[in-house]
Amino acid sequence: MSKRYWNQYQKEIADDRYFYERSCIRQSFFPGSEAAFLKILREELGKDIHDDVNQHTCTGIGYHSDVVPFETTMTVVARLFSLMTQAGYENYVPSCVTSFGVFTEIVETWKEQPALLEKTRKLLKETTGREFNIPKNIVHPSDIIYKFRFELRDRMKYRLVNRYTGKPLKVVEHIGCHYAKIFPKHGVGNAEFPYVLAGMIEAWGGEVIDYPERRHCCGFGFRQYLVQQNRGYSLANTQKKFESMQPYEPDFILTNCPGCSMFMDKWQYVIAEMENKTYDKDGYGIPVLTYEELAGLLLGYDPWTLGLQLHQVQSERLMDKIGIPYNKNEKFKGVSGKLLPYPEKPEHLKV
Amino acid sequence: MKDKKERPGERRTWSLLPKALRPRIEVQTQEERPVVAIIGAGPAGMEAAIQIARQSCQVLLFEANADLALNLQNKYKLFPDMSDAQTLAQGMMLALEHPLITVYRQTPIKHVVQVENFHWQVFTEDNRVFKATAVLLCTGYEVFDARRKEELGYGIYNGVITSLELENMFKQEHISTLTGDSPKRVVFLQCVGSRDEKVGNRYCSKVCCVTAVKQAIELKRMHPETEVYVFYMDLRMWGKGFEEMYRVAQEQYNIRFVRGRISEAAGTFDGGVQIKAEDTLIGKPLKMRTDLLVLMLGMEASCGTKQLAKSCGIVGDYGFAGSLDPHLNDNHTHRKGLFLAGTCKRPMSLTDVIADARSAAMEIINYLSKQ
Repeated sequence: MSKRYWNQYQKEIADDRYFYERSCIRQSFFPGSEAAFLKILREELGKDIHDDVNQHTCTGIGYHSDVVPFETTMTVVARLFSLMTQAGYENYVPSCVTSFGVFTEIVETWKEQPALLEKTRKLLKETTGREFNIPKNIVHPSDIIYKFRFELRDRMKYRLVNRYTGKPLKVVEHIGCHYAKIFPKHGVGNAEFPYVLAGMIEAWGGEVIDYPERRHCCGFGFRQYLVQQNRGYSLANTQKKFESMQPYEPDFILTNCPGCSMFMDKWQYVIAEMENKTYDKDGYGIPVLTYEELAGLLLGYDPWTLGLQLHQVQSERLMDKIGIPYNKNEKFKGVSGKLLPYPEKPEHLKV
Repeated sequence: MKDKKERPGERRTWSLLPKALRPRIEVQTQEERPVVAIIGAGPAGMEAAIQIARQSCQVLLFEANADLALNLQNKYKLFPDMSDAQTLAQGMMLALEHPLITVYRQTPIKHVVQVENFHWQVFTEDNRVFKATAVLLCTGYEVFDARRKEELGYGIYNGVITSLELENMFKQEHISTLTGDSPKRVVFLQCVGSRDEKVGNRYCSKVCCVTAVKQAIELKRMHPETEVYVFYMDLRMWGKGFEEMYRVAQEQYNIRFVRGRISEAAGTFDGGVQIKAEDTLIGKPLKMRTDLLVLMLGMEASCGTKQLAKSCGIVGDYGFAGSLDPHLNDNHTHRKGLFLAGTCKRPMSLTDVIADARSAAMEIINYLSKQ
């Protein structure tokens, strides 16, 4: 990564006092990630981060699917900003990369077209009686983890090193399109060679893999997936990425977008069941982690509290390589302490 | 005191300094010959110097670098006749050995100032001052910095090189990949930094199309077994012999021309480069592995051109120097006694640069005869 120009593209990332907005789909698919992020910020870094109980959708998926009109999206976003204003915060941190894209797009639009800002203020006031300030700083949570990656490293129990070989783990990083492709200036490292995840991997001892289809779509792409007839395109895109990264034998994949995490994880199961094809040499697939899960694992958090058992591709082999202990018997133990039913095993993908 | 009538580019603040600190003025007016200061000793500056000296005028030729005609010396063969660039450069340098031409190497010029009677003073970076009756700017161009097109991976993937680097390989007569092997496939990409709104250069650099054809032919002559592709927007074969070269490239050398822009380059597992493009003639996306991707770099105004054009108040489009008009006064500026030649005005071929330098020399001789 030393040849990359990411250091020419830095962004302002607020130091403290964040207003956190949760993602619609992350809580379903990666339920431990957001809790881990809040814990890391509060307990490891000592930051003030507000998790508002009245928050709601940003309409991102509906907006990008042309279901929700832009005026509606602006007004819904304005309501979220009004919650931030009411709570007394100025730094907005949306968990989802698509939300991050929606917010940056709307704020940039308001800068260019002040009349739309006034219209939105009027609509929000008429419909809810609320007012709002535009955030001073909008960053993605991965920006914050990136900013404090060295401080976190100093608190981590584990490194991204294969304990059997002593070599750095080989990591594929995948950035959500809406992180930097809409506004490259809002991404650490810009759109072509983003560094936000690569910076974490390198700081925590791993090696970033640069493979030919690194910049290719993860397979979500909204219309590819949401329109059922197009799902073949979604699968084909993900497959293209896996075919491309396979020769490098990555130990795991790190993402910062809910869609990317989900599709790169779940489509491995689909490809395995359809084609009897997996992209690691032992038939287990390549684990896909969120950056919060990775940070939590290296900090020594319990992998089952992080929710790793809910991924399609399981992470025990990765934890073995790093040397992270885990209790097999508690893998499917619920919060109540009772064991949950074991999921059915796939026919081809080993778990 | 600042002269209220001072024009853009005139700087006389040094006159406020104590005498001991003032720049040393070197008067070069032996035998009262008119003196012409030429800034930039590339092909334009050298050719103009030769022509002006032949008309019995004294020439002061300033060059910022130690070597003259650096851009020309970086070339191997010249289109369209494949003549040797070094031979041409050496011939021009030999002709500079004229009793009325004084060459100042490693002498960057800070600014030029018009003084009384439309005479000029030329200030060097090391605080020397030269007087001249006329000044000719030949500060030329520099190639586009390919790193600005990040999606093409220059400086990141070893298989991505520039047209200049390939030219240097031709000079060494050794074309190879990083592993030392002969390339099995080479892809050229046109218009890198030209005709590109994203980088702010909407203009055509004029010479890249034919340079790619020339380099592709040279490559096939050295390595007939290498597959060569040229990706283009449209090929502008405007000069004498250019269209013929393009035809020869296709018919005799089997060089394949693809109409399409490369959107992305990435490194491959085996050290090559993967490119993605759209073949717009068949309307299909295309993905290809190549050993070398050659970026045909466009021209931009050099730092010297930008700096002097700004200080003289003659900035044209895209930082190049602006002439009085493009038809009858293309060597003139709106500053009396300040002339332009070559690629400090816009991208030009070497043939056009030399013709333009001769034109500027004639305009300057006419100007001096009326002083």
